[in-house]
Amino acid sequence: MTFRKTEARNGYLFAMPWFIGFGLFLAYPIIASVYFSFTEYSVLKPPIWVGTENYETLFADEVFWKTLGNTLFFAALYVPLATLLAFGLALLLNSKVRFMAVYRTVFFMPSLVPVVSLVILWMWLFNGEHGLINNALGWVGITGPGWLTDTAWSKPAIVFMSLWGVGNAMVIYLAGLQEVPQQLYEAADLDGATPWQKTKSVTIPLVSPVILFNVVMGIIGSLQIFTQPYVMSEDGSPSRSIYFYSMYLFDNAFKYHKMGYASAMAWIMFLVIFLLTLVALKFAEKRVHYEGG
Amino acid sequence: MVGRFVMPAVVLLVLGAFVVSERVVQEQHDDGKIHVTYWEKWTGIEFDAIKRVVDEYNRSQDKIHVDLLSVSGIHNKTLMATAAGVPPDVAGLFGPNIAQYFHDRAVIPLDEMCAEAGITRDDYIPIYWDICTFEGTLYALPATPASTALHYNTRLYKEAGFTKPPETIEEMDAYAVKLTKKDSNGDIVQAGFMHQEPGWWNWGWGFVFGGELWDGESKITCDSPDNVRAFTWLQDYSRKYGTSKLQNFKSGFGAFASPQNAFMSEKVAMVLQGGWMGNFISQFKPDLQWAAAPFPYPKDKPELKGRTFADLDILVIPRGAKHPKEAFEFIKFVQSQKGMEMLCLGQTKHSPLAKSSPEFYAKHPNPYIRLFTDMPKNDSVVSPPKIAIWPEYSSELRNAFDEIFIELKDPQTVLARVRTRMQPALDRYLREKALRQGE
Repeated sequence: MTFRKTEARNGYLFAMPWFIGFGLFLAYPIIASVYFSFTEYSVLKPPIWVGTENYETLFADEVFWKTLGNTLFFAALYVPLATLLAFGLALLLNSKVRFMAVYRTVFFMPSLVPVVSLVILWMWLFNGEHGLINNALGWVGITGPGWLTDTAWSKPAIVFMSLWGVGNAMVIYLAGLQEVPQQLYEAADLDGATPWQKTKSVTIPLVSPVILFNVVMGIIGSLQIFTQPYVMSEDGSPSRSIYFYSMYLFDNAFKYHKMGYASAMAWIMFLVIFLLTLVALKFAEKRVHYEGG
Repeated sequence: MVGRFVMPAVVLLVLGAFVVSERVVQEQHDDGKIHVTYWEKWTGIEFDAIKRVVDEYNRSQDKIHVDLLSVSGIHNKTLMATAAGVPPDVAGLFGPNIAQYFHDRAVIPLDEMCAEAGITRDDYIPIYWDICTFEGTLYALPATPASTALHYNTRLYKEAGFTKPPETIEEMDAYAVKLTKKDSNGDIVQAGFMHQEPGWWNWGWGFVFGGELWDGESKITCDSPDNVRAFTWLQDYSRKYGTSKLQNFKSGFGAFASPQNAFMSEKVAMVLQGGWMGNFISQFKPDLQWAAAPFPYPKDKPELKGRTFADLDILVIPRGAKHPKEAFEFIKFVQSQKGMEMLCLGQTKHSPLAKSSPEFYAKHPNPYIRLFTDMPKNDSVVSPPKIAIWPEYSSELRNAFDEIFIELKDPQTVLARVRTRMQPALDRYLREKALRQGE
């Protein structure tokens, strides 16, 4: 065996655990779910081929549309707000003041809190009768809604709560901001640019790839929202106002044992995410500035 | 050359790691007994009661050892473990799971083993045996049962001038008006009766008016006149006392098993609750003045007098269990008067057996234990429907409750929509069942 061949063989051998893991636990289930989405399958019995029936039923299923609507509503509210908040915080935390390391830690910390305890904490904050939020609103003369018991307020409440976890995105923005060459700001200063002009014409274009990355991750993450609403109410109560796509998918798969139906739902979600990501990339094409490219 | 040995060394290391880790996780049983794994859904005092029964069984003989494990989300996990071929030998499920488990062929029939052991329907309160059977075959045996009754606060009753519990729904509604108190802002500070407390049977109010959720064969009937009447009745509460007032009041309730429980903290004067409630009261609020009585019936339907919801925890042997015979031996022990009374006393429930010993009643901490034992013997008793689509159907009904109670939508329309959603689901199930019949 030549050296190259030995190297190649060893390379594949070392990568083999990953290949096996990927094949068994990722590639196979993904491919199998395509097949199952055309069957009636409860896991315990062999699947029965039903053609496109699952997809047809889905499109006529009002709960499917309701959960899809809820999920898109959540994403449409969460992604822009989270982007603004994380970017704004990162800008603030990028300035040179004393104790910056402390501030950064403080703003990052909420994203380290386990989701379940975070949700339970927020359920108390949102409590319509004894919650701190409504108490605080009371001081300024506003009677707060029953956040989690009112169908109009339950989704915004979850958006609000989820914004607590922007710490991760914020740190990524912060890293991006630190990459912006100082001499550009110096040049802008010489030209007499205001702070806003510097942000608009120097900072944002230079960190735009980071913004794109965070927005795409935000879209993917928010369309798969599950834990927060599931801890609050398994049924998405009141009136399924916080019943999201992943919850309905989970219920179909593991409570109703309609694995075929759930597989079809998973593929539709994949397409939705894929399309939205494409749209984001297309939108970014001319607006995102890559250095040296 | 060193390089020559690197690859074999790595391969050996990996294989070695597999073997060692397998050894480490594999439990060693060298006591010569057959080990039966038993998954149970309960935690807390209910689990402790089961543990005592298991310990008693393990002490009582030297051939079988039952390993008890508390498992959350048991109904899904047992099914997945069964699908994977590694189920427990005994699983403690909920009664309504039986239809779905039967449909998925996840449990084995127990008729033969019962016949051999001399266990028959006559040994039990009939409804509990019936919950365990599906299409004429027995797939489970009872663990602890539950029946429900109206629990009311006698101190608040006295304050309002009531000396006895309401007989009919109409009387209860009138009681509720008098027992509801508001502050100067119009906010509720005490409710007479609340459907959402504890909210565990929001799907089942139709039963109170004689409604049925399906015809037992092929038709969904959730929008029958009796069901619509029930949901209209509960919507009237929402209209009368104010939806958002009730919702806000409810959001201030503490956890069920705590002194802040709405009934124990005297925020709600009357609730529908099960026989276990007495135990929680003596644990968290021993000085609460309360009593229990059969839930009221509609005045024009005296035949529904004394109607109770009966539900049951069940023991099953999943298909593919390694030791089904030994598993049944343990289940048989639980079915004995001694085992069953020990379990039910521990969980402070009544016994599903047809006869309970005088000591059982004497030792039982619930002063209304005879009421809870007798109500399920009544002909009007109901239990959750044995329908394979129940998880989905009950979720639809709970959502219907929200739409009717919170959003004040028309009950007839909402329930009709539930029917049009669930009828095709039932049809699909029946079609698949017919397709598989030949297999």
